[in-house]
Amino acid sequence: MSLSVTFVDPDGTSRTIATSAGMTLMEVAVMNMIPGVDAECGGACACATCHVLVREDWLARVPDKTEPELGMLDFVIGRRSNSRLSCQIRLSDALDGLTVSVPESQR
Amino acid sequence: MRSRFVIVGAGQAASQAAASLRHEGFTGAITLLGEESYAPYQRPPLSKRCLLEEVAVERLLLKPDAFYTSADIEVRLSARVVSIDLCDHEVVLADGARIDYEHLLLATGARPRELAALPAQLQGVHYLRTVADSTALALTLRASRHLSVVGGGYIGLEVAAAARQMGLEVDVIEAAPRLMARTSGAMTSEYFRALHARRGVTVRVGVSVAEVITENRQVRALQLHDGSEIATDAVLIGVGAVPNVELAQQAGLSVDNGVVVDRFTRTSDPQVFAAGDCSNYPDLRGRRWRLESVQNAIEQARVAASNMCGRRQPYCCVPWFWSDQYEIKFQAAGCIDGHDEVIRSDVPGGFALTYLAHGKVIAVEAANAPAAFMSVRRQLEALLEQHTLEEIS
Repeated sequence: MSLSVTFVDPDGTSRTIATSAGMTLMEVAVMNMIPGVDAECGGACACATCHVLVREDWLARVPDKTEPELGMLDFVIGRRSNSRLSCQIRLSDALDGLTVSVPESQR
Repeated sequence: MRSRFVIVGAGQAASQAAASLRHEGFTGAITLLGEESYAPYQRPPLSKRCLLEEVAVERLLLKPDAFYTSADIEVRLSARVVSIDLCDHEVVLADGARIDYEHLLLATGARPRELAALPAQLQGVHYLRTVADSTALALTLRASRHLSVVGGGYIGLEVAAAARQMGLEVDVIEAAPRLMARTSGAMTSEYFRALHARRGVTVRVGVSVAEVITENRQVRALQLHDGSEIATDAVLIGVGAVPNVELAQQAGLSVDNGVVVDRFTRTSDPQVFAAGDCSNYPDLRGRRWRLESVQNAIEQARVAASNMCGRRQPYCCVPWFWSDQYEIKFQAAGCIDGHDEVIRSDVPGGFALTYLAHGKVIAVEAANAPAAFMSVRRQLEALLEQHTLEEIS
């Protein structure tokens, strides 16, 4: 199933990308060269460099945070209430249209 | 003529350096030379997820092909560099081609240390570094009943965990008195010994392999120095890695447990830099390190790229890494050497050990305790930044 997700840069530029269920949001960002998603550990929830801010209207729909993600999130730079690690959001059809912004700095 | 920077290697450091050179504003040509047939990819999953399920190489790539095209980075794969000519500033490929450079980055990585008693040519005997190694190991594991892991470090223990999850019987054979002895504290070693024992792994420490017993070049059993014999059909050897320094050595660069670089990631030739697993660098106090980790590859490559562009940025870092075994995510930061105090805190399904020296935090080891890990990592990073600033001022 194909679906789309939108990344918004700090300067407000947005990019909508067609992808498929099963990928993580981090993988989509890396494969589409979204600046600011470094994803140093490659999705192991070990580095906190794939931080995104989920647009408010999507917050209730993205999968819940797991313990490892909660522990890492406290230490991302620029933590907000809608902060998530994009490697922990696996895309499903229910997330078609998901919109997130990428914070200014990951390090 | 347009100047050219050449990167030898196509791993995490090479990929990062190429990206960072453009980020630094370098507009000359960049050529990245990789011996394998794949564009730079992630190695950590090779000892974990890639054994449990089939993972297409495309899912492991650090950057999409479009990145290299759009950043005007020439990626030459299956290209083996056979020598470096420091006088003419050229690298020579196996096919005879010569590529000139203004600056050269050695990101040649490391390779598994081989045990003479266990040559990779034997059926069932595996070393693990590349996608090809991982694919071959996964095939063997699927067709085997018993795995012997020689070496109780991270690679070995991750493969042991995967093999148990695949239903194999597993023995781990470690020559040192405890697991992960080179990198971790005794309490962490004991935790992982007990974890693997609970999961049905037979952990043998303080003993090494004396002889391999084969039948038609297929491994059948291992004989240990304590006289015991383990019937086995698969062997994974994870006894550390050796840096790929041969090119540097032949070229006459200074080599000592890695390519020796100064604090600005420069080798003994001012136009040649080194980063990642292959490099041996000094920290702020002059102590020399050769780290094998994603963190070191990324951060050192960034600094090397910056210095290749004419800046003078010293490399100093807070080392950190992680390991996934069963449901445990282990994360460590800093260096435990010289600690005189350990504070243990238990968390559900894990622990955190904070190491101190003279009352100051120097390292953390955490299992399923990411907040404890990140907290110490950030503290150490802040301290390092302070030290660096003090030194510059």
